Amino acid sequence: METSFYLSLVTAIFISISASLLGSFVILKKMSLVGDALSHVALPGLALGLLFHFNPFIGGFLTLLVAIIGIWFLKYQTNLPVDTLVGIFFTTSLAIGVLIIPEQELLEAMFGNIASISFNESIMTIILSIISVIILLVIRKKLLVNMLSEELAQSINIKSRQIEFIYLLIFALSVALGIKSIGALLMGSLIIIPAASAKNIAKSFNGFMAWSVVFGIISAILGIYSANALSITPGPIFIISATIIFVISFLFKKIRS
Amino acid sequence: MNILKVENLTVSLGKNNIVENIDFEVKKGEVLAIIGPNGAGKTTLFRALLNLIPYSGSVKWQKNIQLGYVPQRIEIDMDIPLTVEEFLNLRGSNVTKIKIKKVLEYIQLDEKILKSRLGEISVGQRQRLLIGWSLLENPDILLFDEPTADVDIHGQESVYKTISHLRKKFNLAVILISHDLNIVYQYADKVMCLNHRSLCIGKPSEILQTGHLQELYGGERGFYDHDYSHHNHQH
Repeated sequence: METSFYLSLVTAIFISISASLLGSFVILKKMSLVGDALSHVALPGLALGLLFHFNPFIGGFLTLLVAIIGIWFLKYQTNLPVDTLVGIFFTTSLAIGVLIIPEQELLEAMFGNIASISFNESIMTIILSIISVIILLVIRKKLLVNMLSEELAQSINIKSRQIEFIYLLIFALSVALGIKSIGALLMGSLIIIPAASAKNIAKSFNGFMAWSVVFGIISAILGIYSANALSITPGPIFIISATIIFVISFLFKKIRS
Repeated sequence: MNILKVENLTVSLGKNNIVENIDFEVKKGEVLAIIGPNGAGKTTLFRALLNLIPYSGSVKWQKNIQLGYVPQRIEIDMDIPLTVEEFLNLRGSNVTKIKIKKVLEYIQLDEKILKSRLGEISVGQRQRLLIGWSLLENPDILLFDEPTADVDIHGQESVYKTISHLRKKFNLAVILISHDLNIVYQYADKVMCLNHRSLCIGKPSEILQTGHLQELYGGERGFYDHDYSHHNHQH
């Protein structure tokens, strides 16, 4: 029991680190809602995994991947605004997911259950989180220039589309890593909220990334401990902790200015 | 020596040609201004030069050319925590403190600005900073897409003074999209009038005559003599 508690804790911390680091890039472009809605796409994939007994992580990752390649392709082939596409397709996939997931599994699919994660899955999640963090740190400068201005990126030979694609892949990976423990519905918030809090207090971009990760870790620890103490599922507590941190950081910003 | 040669450049969107059959060249140290009404295809032309969009025809840059591009504006939320120093460091891995110091001198900004957030400095300062950013890797040519679109009159002057100063200092070539005919008259060696096609190309004194401008803008738009003679005195 003790071992599985600490395993859950460490897994949650790693999921949080990769999600919150990613978040500091997601909110740069005011893409918060896109990110949030995008995480819902995991739901139908997760449902298929549950129905046909394969790992829901793989199902979620695959549907996210299809959606992301779809957006990326459409963005360059048409001039449709990305947020409109996201709003339409992703809410639809949420609806489809809800319809095909067996009712008794629905709650877990939407809000996660970290206790149901096996030892092997935890190790896998930790390794993939580390990979996602490393890739993000490696491409961070290019990614940032590309977000500031695509033309600027192109003028210094940054391959914009490639960078954008890697970024979307990392996005899919980070969401998929969290769907089993935090839930497909809540994962988007875990990406956004720590970064939004960090934005309130950071003065530099390095500080912004660091604070975002720190807030992600604190939310994970608070979430797992209180869920254990109260015997409830940790996903929602996770998000509530993150939101409390956001409120505190917002007050801090107000007081400082 | 040509550093850019464009031949028969056409960019299409669906069935419409946004720009069509454009030919021009830019020599080392030369300033080319591109003028034309809104929607004439000026920015599209730039995007084609930067190879951001598909085009037909040929765009030949001199081998191993270093481009400096100065966008109209930065597209992210200005509230974001990104310091001026961090922004300059994004240019590449060879950016050093010494280089940054030098570039700040060229664009006449104080070193104190390095610790400021990008959102805290004025728009004029930000545009000069973008110029500085492109100077970090010793460019051969600078491309400006209406560098002062969001800048007030006072800031505009400082941006153009910076451009002109740098151009003389480094013998830089410049391609400049501008609405401001005074600026074009004052700084350009060559002007191209663009309205989907290239309507005229030549020296500013030849081009900025009411005839050409009327053809370009299609209205009663003239270039006021007293304005440019005034600027001439300043030179």
